[in-house]
Amino acid sequence: MATAGAQMETKWWSGGKSPFNVEYGKLMMWYFLMSDAFTFGAFLISYGTIRFSQNYWPDPNVVFNAFPFAGHANLPLAFVSLMTFILIVSSVTMVLAVHAGHKNDKAGVIKWMIWTIIGGIAFLSCQAWEWTHLITGDHAVLINGQIEEIGTTVTRNPWGPAANVAAHDGHHVGTTGPVAFGGYFFGITGFHGFHVFSGVVINIVMLLMTMNGVFERKGHYLMIEKAGLYWHFVDLVWVFVFLCFYLI
Amino acid sequence: MEHSVQEVSFHHEPEGDVVKKIIKTTIILSVITVIELGLGLTMYAFPMAAGLKLFIKGVIVILSLLKAFYIVGVFMHLGDEVKNLIMTIIVPLLLFIWFIAAFLWDGNSWKVLRNTYHPQAVEVHEGGEHH
Repeated sequence: MATAGAQMETKWWSGGKSPFNVEYGKLMMWYFLMSDAFTFGAFLISYGTIRFSQNYWPDPNVVFNAFPFAGHANLPLAFVSLMTFILIVSSVTMVLAVHAGHKNDKAGVIKWMIWTIIGGIAFLSCQAWEWTHLITGDHAVLINGQIEEIGTTVTRNPWGPAANVAAHDGHHVGTTGPVAFGGYFFGITGFHGFHVFSGVVINIVMLLMTMNGVFERKGHYLMIEKAGLYWHFVDLVWVFVFLCFYLI
Repeated sequence: MEHSVQEVSFHHEPEGDVVKKIIKTTIILSVITVIELGLGLTMYAFPMAAGLKLFIKGVIVILSLLKAFYIVGVFMHLGDEVKNLIMTIIVPLLLFIWFIAAFLWDGNSWKVLRNTYHPQAVEVHEGGEHH
């Protein structure tokens, strides 16, 4: 930072200027995001506690191995990687929108906001597919000595340890796994998906305000910056959801 | 509104530098994600000792924290803010150190106690029934 030397000599607390050198709304957005980080943190830590308390936990490479239009091909983590890249790219287009806002470049803000919104909708569509696949994808498991076909829901988990029975229609038969798996997966990815959804709504509102020239009249695009902070936070949370549910 | 904006001073970096920084960060984030995936798939593809698996998981956690650092520092521009503001965001998050350690410890203790004093609960579960 070229201005670091000059900033150190500035007396931030002597009055006449904002001690944190930010606008009120932006500071409050930071504090909201900090509290939201604790909400997500509490969910993920509770998931960790339950997972540590279990003797068996499903391997994410086995659970998340499907890809749209790929049939029964075994592609562990491929689809979730695509989702991760979609979110990273939409975060980049958001930075570019904020950057265009710094230059009061209305056309640039509109262009990059549209790309960010498309990225958000693409991510939500992927998540909808993934959920549908998990809930409706039936797997043969041994329950009370009988083979049943069940999907992954908040009350049933077909991803348990292998059963002693060797095969069923050429497939390996498992037992039921810890019930908490579905509840935590759908609860936490759902809460994150809800954040993505509200982020998309906020971004659409920002896009409409930009198109109507609201920020042009105000003379600054600080609102885009605040919406951007929220959007990046959604990406940040996904880094940890991705880590906790899919990687480790 | 007019008043509060005047109290805030902005510093602008040259145009080329900002875009270069964004592209560089995008590449870093993508490369880290690919490495994480590679490590995740390695654990799946090759049978390995529990200790080595734990080590790889630790590496993945550190790589994720690095990603978080780049997103917050560069994309969210926290690195460009006044130091006092950075501290009011970062210091409360240190609570997570206790939060994570205490609760994972608790979960593990729960498992050990159940396996020691109520092993039949485990057997029933692994027999495929659930109550």
